[in-house]
Amino acid sequence: MLQAHGLACVRGDRRLFSGVDLAVAPGQWLQVEGANGAGKTSLLRILAGLSPAAEGHIEWEGRPVAEVRDDFHARLLYLGHAPAIKDDLSALENLQTAAAVGGRPLDEATALAALRRIGLKGREDLPSRVLSQGQKRRVALARLLCGQARLWILDEPFVALDVGAVDMLCGILDEHIGRGGMLIFTSHQAVQLQGNGARLELTR
Amino acid sequence: MSQPLINWFKFASPASFYPLAGKLWPWFAALAAALTAAGLWISFFVAPTDFQQGEGYRIIFIHVPASWMSMFIYCVMAFWSAIGIGFNTRLSGMMSAALAPTGALFAFLSLWTGALWGKPMWGAWWVWDARLTSELILLFLYLGYIALTAAIDDPRRADKAGAIVSLVGVVNVPIIYFSVKWWNTLHQGASVSMTKAPTMAATMLWGMLLMALAFWMYSIAVALYRVRSIILERERHATWVAELPEMQR
Amino acid sequence: MNAFVAILRRDLLLAMRRKSEMLTALFFFMIVVSLFPLGIGPETALLRRIAPGVLWVAALLAAMLSLNRLFAADHQDGTLEQMALSPTPLTLLVGGKVLAHWLTAGLPLVLLAPVLGLQFDLSSRALGILMLSLLLGTPLLSLIGAIGAALTLGVRGGGVLLSLLVLPLYIPALIFGAGAVEADMAGLGAGGHLSLLGALLALAAFFAPWAATAALRITLE
Repeated sequence: MLQAHGLACVRGDRRLFSGVDLAVAPGQWLQVEGANGAGKTSLLRILAGLSPAAEGHIEWEGRPVAEVRDDFHARLLYLGHAPAIKDDLSALENLQTAAAVGGRPLDEATALAALRRIGLKGREDLPSRVLSQGQKRRVALARLLCGQARLWILDEPFVALDVGAVDMLCGILDEHIGRGGMLIFTSHQAVQLQGNGARLELTR
Repeated sequence: MSQPLINWFKFASPASFYPLAGKLWPWFAALAAALTAAGLWISFFVAPTDFQQGEGYRIIFIHVPASWMSMFIYCVMAFWSAIGIGFNTRLSGMMSAALAPTGALFAFLSLWTGALWGKPMWGAWWVWDARLTSELILLFLYLGYIALTAAIDDPRRADKAGAIVSLVGVVNVPIIYFSVKWWNTLHQGASVSMTKAPTMAATMLWGMLLMALAFWMYSIAVALYRVRSIILERERHATWVAELPEMQR
Repeated sequence: MNAFVAILRRDLLLAMRRKSEMLTALFFFMIVVSLFPLGIGPETALLRRIAPGVLWVAALLAAMLSLNRLFAADHQDGTLEQMALSPTPLTLLVGGKVLAHWLTAGLPLVLLAPVLGLQFDLSSRALGILMLSLLLGTPLLSLIGAIGAALTLGVRGGGVLLSLLVLPLYIPALIFGAGAVEADMAGLGAGGHLSLLGALLALAAFFAPWAATAALRITLE
């Protein structure tokens, strides 16, 4: 369970948001909404532990994140704006090295299965620079299928995906929530996910 | 933790340090002026003419204290940086930023006076003497700090990056000094040292000490004055700044 | 430790797929060294005297040339964020990246240096000492450089700033490295210089990844 109380974010002179409370329990999802520049990405980065909050605190399983950082990061999967894809590596290599650097080595069969399911069959060994923007997104999203992370924090996961891929990703997210996973994401699209969900509107 | 006698952290907040600095800096400035007057008087009129170096030696009354201060200020910057990293106080980064230009100024002054001293003594404006070379590298370290903090837009990030630079620098300063000295002996360069003047009369020592104290007070005054400007610039949106008497005009 | 090996392998693989970048730095090294005789004149005795300094300065500049790349690509494509969120300590991953940088940018310089030293008529003994000093010195350059690269990440005019920050810190390596060869040529023995270089390397290996990590975290905030 991830809980946050009274989070605030300051960028330069501007206060993006303050007093944000949220809680995500197993089997729940949370969609963060707000206008451009409202601080959606900043909030997700704060929740993931990449940047410190100006105010407020975050708890993971009832304990402050700062105390259980390693455990928290072992259970967290964060996908940011940038897909973390190396142009010179193939889709398969990208997936495997990302997992290994994350401390969770991945065998080839699992990685291949994930890439096929995400719709990259036949493109596993192409260097990523020849893939389209949407296909690169899919390589990044294939990571969702490979780990055992409990909490997914996804920044604009639906960007650059075609209609079919949006449906498929919704299916993957539903599965995750159905398994008792937690999900926090941002999206400009109206997404219908199953299960117990909430929306958080960021306002000044 | 036991309760300390004075709550030092009270003054770690820019809002409470701003008026304190405002009260203190004129005193330090006055002290600096008085000490400079006394120091210069001793240096020019009391200290005897050096029998080897003539009147030209009197430049060491500026040169040596300036070198001391340039090194000392870098250590103080590193001290504030360590505090800033350890306790995450905003003020310490501002203090480092306020000290850096003064430190660079003293390093430059030391090099400039060194060149002026070197021309009559060694017959060259620049000699690759170990001390002068280290001073030059110290100036580069100051310039690196200033350039880096100026290039980062977010002041908090600039402070933290600057803190790392000054800490890395302060670890390196002795290593650099030692290596330059080693290099100097290997190449058997100029062996005349400015501070080891053969006859160091007591009055000369007093002159130098007074000048060093004067520079010290000047540095504190200028740093306090500058930190006030930095505080105002960064906190310009805070309510306490808007309530200041000087803002009401 | 697995993550350390993984990132080392990944960076080496990436370097192999982009050989041109590695070779550019090597050619730079060769050209800079070859320019000196053209500027100074072909007098052998003089060339022999300046050879250690020239080769070391050129190696310094060549190693610095590739520092920009150390974290920039990872920062741009989001890999750095993933590294920061890895359960493996970021310091260890940074160490892996620095080692990869040395293997691709430092070690080739060490191997190429004796060939260039022949242009300056260095004796085979001096060439050996030169290689040894570079072998100890170039990892030091990568380690110190990593701090500068991390600090200037995503900063305006980062490249020039990086040189301003890093070059003063390279001076001890330059002095002891070039000094080792000169001392040996003067018959004083290079042992003292080399052991000091080794001591500096040990010190940097301990502190530099830590400082670079702190700088990276600031950039990521």
